[in-house]
Amino acid sequence: MWIYEKKLQYPVRVEKCDVGMARYLNAQYGGPDGELAAALRYLNQRYTMPTKKAQGLLTDIGTEEMAHLEIIATLVYKLTKGVSPEELRKAGLGGHYAHHDNALFYTDANGVPWTAAYIQATGDPITDLHEDMAAEQKARATYEHLINLTDDPGVKDALRFLREREVVHFQRFGEALNDVQDFVQHKRCY
Amino acid sequence: MTREQRQMLRCLQELEFVAIDLNLFLDTHPTDRAALQDFKRVSEELHKLKMAYEAKYGLLTVTGYGPDRYPWNWIEAPWPWELEY
Repeated sequence: MWIYEKKLQYPVRVEKCDVGMARYLNAQYGGPDGELAAALRYLNQRYTMPTKKAQGLLTDIGTEEMAHLEIIATLVYKLTKGVSPEELRKAGLGGHYAHHDNALFYTDANGVPWTAAYIQATGDPITDLHEDMAAEQKARATYEHLINLTDDPGVKDALRFLREREVVHFQRFGEALNDVQDFVQHKRCY
Repeated sequence: MTREQRQMLRCLQELEFVAIDLNLFLDTHPTDRAALQDFKRVSEELHKLKMAYEAKYGLLTVTGYGPDRYPWNWIEAPWPWELEY
């Protein structure tokens, strides 16, 4: 089970509305290497992990990704708060407005809806952990692109925090991978 | 949000960040005594600060430490996306 805590993992402050940036941030909301994909990927793969370290890590990182999803959502919400359909249209979100008004929706930066086809669970723990490490690197690269797309110091600050977490998760997944590789080798000896 | 609340929330977020990072580290280093000791210390500090924050600014979790439960006050304090920093 999960228990909701009524606060963000990291404070989100934005200077002013920026509809274009909100659109780009969708990359990390409902995009292929975004936070929704990360949370659902890890929390689903954990059932077929053979070691305690890997099970624990996927549970805890999957949970942290939910908190990151909330940070991205808050950024998108604040950057588009009270903007008119005309402003959404100018930033290329006319189609979004047609379908969703000012609601948030799980799409990538181009409006393509999230799909489970973005993520995998092969049942092979070594393969899955390699996917997770690649996902963290892809998310890190995406955060760097997003940081380059904004001048807002508050938005940059939150994105830098999220970028750094991808680096830490990559490191921890590497350690879990070593543990699983040891386990598999040990099993073969018998 | 007042300056005082912002500072207290910031402290809470800092402490919880340390706890989360240590949590992940300990998942793959379960016998690291120094990290375990840090985790214990931070968890205790975090627990105390959460109680103090909830008494002043409202519940963080639905079973948290509020001074008065009438009327139902979980829904009263602003949600995280509504807070202005």
